[in-house]
Amino acid sequence: MGRIILDKVTKSFGEVEVIPPLDLEIDDGEFVVFVGPSGCGKSTLLRLIAGLEDVSGGHISIDGKDATEIPPAKRGLAMVFQSYALYPHMSVRKNIAFPLRMAGLDKAEQEKRVMQAAEVLNLTDYLDRRPGQLSGGQRQRVAIGRAIVREPAAFLFDEPLSNLDAALRVGMRLEISELHKRLATTMIYVTHDQVEAMTMADKIVVLQAGVIEQVGSPLELYQRPRNTFVAGFIGSPKMNLIGGAEAEKMGAATIGIRPEHIEISDTEGTWKGRVGVSEHLGSDTFFHVQTEASPEPITVRTTGEKALEYGQDVFLTPRPEHLHRFDAAGLRIE
Amino acid sequence: MARAVSTKTKVINTAIVGTLGFLVFFPILWIAILSFKTEENAIRAPLEVLFGSGWTFESYFTVQARSDYFKHFSNSVIISVGSTFFGLLIAVPAAWAMAFVPAKRTKDLLMWMLSTKMLPPVGVLVPIYLIFRDLGILDTRSGLVFVLMMMNLPIIIWMLYTYFKEIPGEILEAARMDGATLREEILYVLTPMAVPGIASTVLLNIILAWNEAFWTLNLTAARAAPLTQFIASYSSPEGLFYAKLSAASVMAIAPILILGWFSQKQLVRGLTFGAVK
Repeated sequence: MGRIILDKVTKSFGEVEVIPPLDLEIDDGEFVVFVGPSGCGKSTLLRLIAGLEDVSGGHISIDGKDATEIPPAKRGLAMVFQSYALYPHMSVRKNIAFPLRMAGLDKAEQEKRVMQAAEVLNLTDYLDRRPGQLSGGQRQRVAIGRAIVREPAAFLFDEPLSNLDAALRVGMRLEISELHKRLATTMIYVTHDQVEAMTMADKIVVLQAGVIEQVGSPLELYQRPRNTFVAGFIGSPKMNLIGGAEAEKMGAATIGIRPEHIEISDTEGTWKGRVGVSEHLGSDTFFHVQTEASPEPITVRTTGEKALEYGQDVFLTPRPEHLHRFDAAGLRIE
Repeated sequence: MARAVSTKTKVINTAIVGTLGFLVFFPILWIAILSFKTEENAIRAPLEVLFGSGWTFESYFTVQARSDYFKHFSNSVIISVGSTFFGLLIAVPAAWAMAFVPAKRTKDLLMWMLSTKMLPPVGVLVPIYLIFRDLGILDTRSGLVFVLMMMNLPIIIWMLYTYFKEIPGEILEAARMDGATLREEILYVLTPMAVPGIASTVLLNIILAWNEAFWTLNLTAARAAPLTQFIASYSSPEGLFYAKLSAASVMAIAPILILGWFSQKQLVRGLTFGAVK
């Protein structure tokens, strides 16, 4: 079980309030991702749930019990740290067994659970090595192993993949998703990488300056961002946000259109422009087009076959059904 | 590119270092030589001492017969090991607190502790002597253990604090998440990780306590007298006995020299711990 409820939780460091009163519900078995730019308070929020930081106000409940005053060890949560935080003086086996040893389990039971975890994570051959003799990906798996043997109510991940190289990151992303499907345990995952958020989450919590900007499924956030911050943060390449006269024509302070929702043509269209830099990814091509509609170049996504010259004149047409409109406060207009 | 060093430079550098090393070591070597001479031969001109006759173990036997070496030796061991052990009991938690849960005034506290080492010990000799007298712990080993522990505590805490600072806090947080109590966290995670640092702290403090002469000479007479007292007793008002004094000195410094020799790797490693990540 792992239902976590934050009720008006606040956190201040001295005079600075990093998290103003915040409410959030996380259902049992959910994969929740906290995402936001660095310094948005996402890691602090995770540490509050873990109990590694004390809340300045409000309550945290885990499975219906008020956990606000419970020390981290007693909350029944397991955490995977960005730096892995393995015990360097212990073998992999002892690292994974450490929480079991602290819980006072007998040796045979410890060994059984360590073997199970090692099998799940492909670590059987490395059990007698020290963390220093492992690669980054293997260390990360040990850290996960140490978390799963406890059979926690929920897993907390603090940017676990940011120390890995790009290829390994994609692999580990899949492994963690796979693990979630298999264990069906609540997972809270902190990242600044919106691709990780989109690909892994059941529910994304977008944070900025300690405030929740929007909570929703990846597609909800993608298709119906509640404000310009979420619109700009979720999606890669970013949504084109256009202000000024073009927006006013449509009765908004800002309009947003995603790169894949713009038609590009040599002959006719809404906005006239000139092709700047093109980025060829093979499957897709991104064109950065300078138009009279906005001072910023507009990004357009096409199929990989499309070819346009640098400096060529083109016309862009946003698909009206995919236009997002935002008011002066940056909030979505329905 | 590696820096090129010519053979000539290497030879010169080796010669300079060798000479310096010899100069530093010479007094100890000379004491060792004198200790094997008869009293009469020991006061001759240096060359005569070196090449003359009169080599003997006599001084060692005389010294052992006159003042019981092993009693002083065991006092030294008890005082230096004891003061270091009790010092660690206080210093490990203190350094943990200062390294991992620092408060506003932690830095000031550290400086204040260090400042107590700037005071000349003789400045507090009278009050401490009187306190010892009134408590009836003059010339006791427990009294010396206590006073040497207090004297070295700032250094022990400072050293451990520097080592602990090198240990990432996340590892201790991981231990907390894994269900370790504070005691278990310090015992199973922090201490084993800080072993090189703790070991060099221990060694350095044993050496400091072993060689400490001011308090051991002033607060002991006979019963608790360590090896420093043993040496001092040979520079007596009746006159200097070079050979016996030398023999006593050799006997006093030999154990700590041997300890230092075998642990030099550990000492150097500990003292430069964290210098290169």
